[in-house]
Amino acid sequence: MRLKEIIRLLDAVIITNSRDYEAEIEWACATDLMSDVLYYSRGNSVLITGLAKQQAIRTSDIADIKVVVFTRGKEPDTHTIELARKKKITLLITPYSMFTACGKLYEKGLRCCPE
Amino acid sequence: MTDKTYEGSFHIVGGDFSHAGEASTELKTILLNAGVEDEFVRRVAIATFEAEMNIMIYATAGILRYIISPEEIRIIAQDMGPGIEDIELAMQEGYSTAPDWVREMGWGAGMGLPNMKKNADIFRIDSVVGEGTTVEMIIKR
Repeated sequence: MRLKEIIRLLDAVIITNSRDYEAEIEWACATDLMSDVLYYSRGNSVLITGLAKQQAIRTSDIADIKVVVFTRGKEPDTHTIELARKKKITLLITPYSMFTACGKLYEKGLRCCPE
Repeated sequence: MTDKTYEGSFHIVGGDFSHAGEASTELKTILLNAGVEDEFVRRVAIATFEAEMNIMIYATAGILRYIISPEEIRIIAQDMGPGIEDIELAMQEGYSTAPDWVREMGWGAGMGLPNMKKNADIFRIDSVVGEGTTVEMIIKR
């Protein structure tokens, strides 16, 4: 799924972005548990999480995740935004809950990282 | 990667979430700059990050050492922590003794040690209650 479609489907606010809006994102991972991200995710995924903290960005950087979405309109602090910018991670905020956000992306064909 | 073997280390301070993950990020950058395959770098980064987080969460302090050779990387994470009473139990997915403040930061899901084992070709753990824990991982290219 293209990045621009993820942004549109989630009615997302773009906090940081350093990549093409046409970029293809292959998989999705949704969790608040950072070890689950490390255990189950694949590179070139979008992470959907309620953990609007630096840890989500740091973990995504380690796991080669390019796009992070914070759910329920949670706004990160400036350190988190700065880290996302430095690591060239696209950071989005969606007003939707994790359940609804996942549903919207799944409905249009995006799938969970294969285990 | 060059033909040489080279090594280095990072000191980790317990309880310091603001710098958590910086050692692993730096090691990842070293490997990427050396031109190593992405998938190998990802495995090393994930295994090291979990080890670094464990030191940060449970121990007073610790040291992460790495030895890179053309064929593999050896990572030794040694901490001055409480030690692990039952290693077999600690290796089970989902088992955790992490306090609530750690869980609020997105950690303590009980996947750290299993995740290190998953990404390493050779995984060894040695622990003495009241003294500390040493994890050794070898990841082959």
